[in-house]
Amino acid sequence: MAETYIAKSTAIAARMLGGEMMIMSAVDSTFFTLNEVATVIWQAADGHTPLSKIVERNICEEFEIEPDVAQRDAEEFVNELSQHGILKVSDHPIADSRTGAQ
Amino acid sequence: MDWKMATSRPMEYCPVHEVAVEIGGMPILVRTDDAEFRALLERRYAGFLGASANNPPALDVDIIRPDRQICEEEELEVWSEGGLWRLERGDFQAEWDPEAGRGRLAQDFSPYAIDCVLRIVHSLIQARAGGFLLHSASAIRNGKAFLFSGVSGAGKTTIASVIPKDAVLLTDEISYVRRDGEGFRACGTPFAGELARLGENACAPITRLFFLAKGPENRIDPIETPDALRMLLRNILFFADDPELVKMVFRSACDFLARVPAFRLTFYPDSRVWDLIQ
Repeated sequence: MAETYIAKSTAIAARMLGGEMMIMSAVDSTFFTLNEVATVIWQAADGHTPLSKIVERNICEEFEIEPDVAQRDAEEFVNELSQHGILKVSDHPIADSRTGAQ
Repeated sequence: MDWKMATSRPMEYCPVHEVAVEIGGMPILVRTDDAEFRALLERRYAGFLGASANNPPALDVDIIRPDRQICEEEELEVWSEGGLWRLERGDFQAEWDPEAGRGRLAQDFSPYAIDCVLRIVHSLIQARAGGFLLHSASAIRNGKAFLFSGVSGAGKTTIASVIPKDAVLLTDEISYVRRDGEGFRACGTPFAGELARLGENACAPITRLFFLAKGPENRIDPIETPDALRMLLRNILFFADDPELVKMVFRSACDFLARVPAFRLTFYPDSRVWDLIQ
């Protein structure tokens, strides 16, 4: 099965505020608030680490979630954010994964 | 968009009359050849005249005869193109160079066009400076500034209309929020709403942001930060056309909420609400 790689878009602004990660699309001003698990995925989206590895290392172990459930939820989250241009998604490592966040 | 200014005057042309309109400590030199328009500016912005800085940003205004159409678009449109901001509405056309701090405006003989353009130019200037213009009433009491934000009908005019004598009204419509070191200050503006009353040209550190809601009793409730950020962004004057500007405004809004606590203020529309605002 092909791996999925994710990287933060440069066309966003993001900030951890009051313990929550808030993200705004600079393209259409769509606004997102991430929960704790989604924040971990977001912070690990470096373009080089496969999503499955992020789920295994950062989600399953830290939050004690079953791998199948965690992987499915992570893919849904990634799909939603990619549809809004917040996350870049590829089946290859993403070379330029600089972020406009923070 | 095919863009052609309604004025034939070049950017380098320097009109003979000038009036420095200073809002939020930020002067803009409004220049015109029309002596009557100069007099109109001096009346409209009385209390906000004078420049505290050398070589302030300048806006050259060309008054267009009533028999000439300025712009086909009735609704306000704002967009950036090639480093310039372009603005147009039925009664004006303008362009603003944020790097040079220079702009041109072609408008009819009225205060409404210049008022709208000044709001937009100030919002562009403040976006770069870490501040913003906010749809809110604001006031100073006991040396502290309070913002009362909300959409049209939320109660900005109402709360401003029952302000006590020991408070200073900064505006009933558009608040001017400036970055000041680690904090933020609210400054008075001449941008009036339904109250049709110019704010006082005063400034103070902001200590509370209230989102207004009318109700049967007066009460203050905390707001979760994400909700506050969402509401704050909804009420900041900015233009989503430019991604860099969106990022700047987002950062400014986050910085603001990291320093200024936000609450929901539900109030019965009479002066007793001010008992809660000290």
